[in-house]
Amino acid sequence: METVSNRAGTPSTATLSLRALHKSFGTFPVLNGIDLHVQRSEMVFVLGPSGSGKSTMLRCCNRLEEPDSGAIWVEGDLLTGPGVDLNKMRQRIGMVFQSFNLYPHLTALGNVTLALRRVLKMPRAEAEAEAMAALKSVGLSDRARHTPAQLSGGQQQRVAIARALALKPTVMLFDEPTSALDPELVGDVLDVMREVKEQGMTMLVVSHEMQFAREAADRVVFMDGGSIIEQGPPDRFFAAPEQERTRAFLSRMRG
Amino acid sequence: MDVFLDQFLNPEVLAKYAPLILKGAGVTVVLSLLVVLAGICLGALLACLRAYRINLVSFLIVIYADVFRALPPLVLILLVFFGLPNIGIVLSSFTVLFIVLTLVLAAFAEEIVWAGITSIPNGQWEAARSTGLGFTQALAYVVLPQAVRMVIPPLTNRAIAITKMTALGMVIGVPDILGQATTAQSFSANASPLTLAAVAYVVLFLPFVIASRWLEARFARPGS
Repeated sequence: METVSNRAGTPSTATLSLRALHKSFGTFPVLNGIDLHVQRSEMVFVLGPSGSGKSTMLRCCNRLEEPDSGAIWVEGDLLTGPGVDLNKMRQRIGMVFQSFNLYPHLTALGNVTLALRRVLKMPRAEAEAEAMAALKSVGLSDRARHTPAQLSGGQQQRVAIARALALKPTVMLFDEPTSALDPELVGDVLDVMREVKEQGMTMLVVSHEMQFAREAADRVVFMDGGSIIEQGPPDRFFAAPEQERTRAFLSRMRG
Repeated sequence: MDVFLDQFLNPEVLAKYAPLILKGAGVTVVLSLLVVLAGICLGALLACLRAYRINLVSFLIVIYADVFRALPPLVLILLVFFGLPNIGIVLSSFTVLFIVLTLVLAAFAEEIVWAGITSIPNGQWEAARSTGLGFTQALAYVVLPQAVRMVIPPLTNRAIAITKMTALGMVIGVPDILGQATTAQSFSANASPLTLAAVAYVVLFLPFVIASRWLEARFARPGS
């Protein structure tokens, strides 16, 4: 794997690297050659109109979607291609979904411990201690014994973040984490994401939370039509976008 | 009225054949439990196999489920009981009944559990796989527990239906409740043993029917 990544010239410093990623649904191209490198502890925010391919790109980063061509590396280890131990690689890539996807038959604690016990093979006591620490970090240690149905949307999403964090991943992917939430619950989830970033997590976030992007992101990437149109630090990106398409998108979003 | 009582509730006949019917009840209970246990396990196993979406395997399972759901169980029982000896396989009537009813229940259980598995949102699979669980683990720990909860009501109904089919064993001489009762009826030339059989069935199965009501109420609510 080492030689492959070297031959392809991956920047060894990038925690997550996407190179020349292509993907079509049928004959419809969704990703037209995406190159993106996320550095350690960087929070990269992906903006773009719906259908721009941003969620598909994110889902390629743990191969929930299979790219047609191109390559993805996590800390220099190839994620794409034959012979990759996908289950092993996915432990290093946390994912948070728009619809939370908590396991409804398990408690919050059970949601977090499942992978710790079945993937990392931790004994129950150790897994529960780890899970409680993860729940504490999202401010929900007092909800450990609740089932998802007994939690608000914001609390469910925070449990989902804890579930991903507990595996101590190298990088966290967020797929519109606040889009399914009532407006008054969005703040709690964003606060947790801010804390996760402050802990030094590498994060790739697809979201429409512009204000949050402005405050917390290290870099903003704008996608349209399956390509990255423009990227830069949030100050410059929002104040002086270079591309016409970016300007049009931003003005639409501002209403 | 006297004729009716004499025919259906003759005290002498009732007393004489009650022990036999009771013995038959034992056979019915053991057979029912074995069939329900084996049938549901086999059906669930087949539904899980189908989840792997290996074309040939899925195709064979679907063929099996459709054929065994389409055939009247009585036809299967007669076919197996009178057919297999011709190719040198001799099984007891109890074994034949057990095998046939298990296969019939498994065919229905497979379809029911499969429907449950496919009704679990894809996001559950994705969440499980994204944490590094393998396909089998995601199925075992995330999808199947939810699917089974969801299908407990139809599964219970099907299980009750199949236990009643143990009465079909009569035609091949299984000494279950009905088998004993029909024997007693021909010896005594009186229908009272059949009354006794009816009572025995109600006493045996009514608790299951009531339990299934409770199960349905318990598992019909999402998130319970």
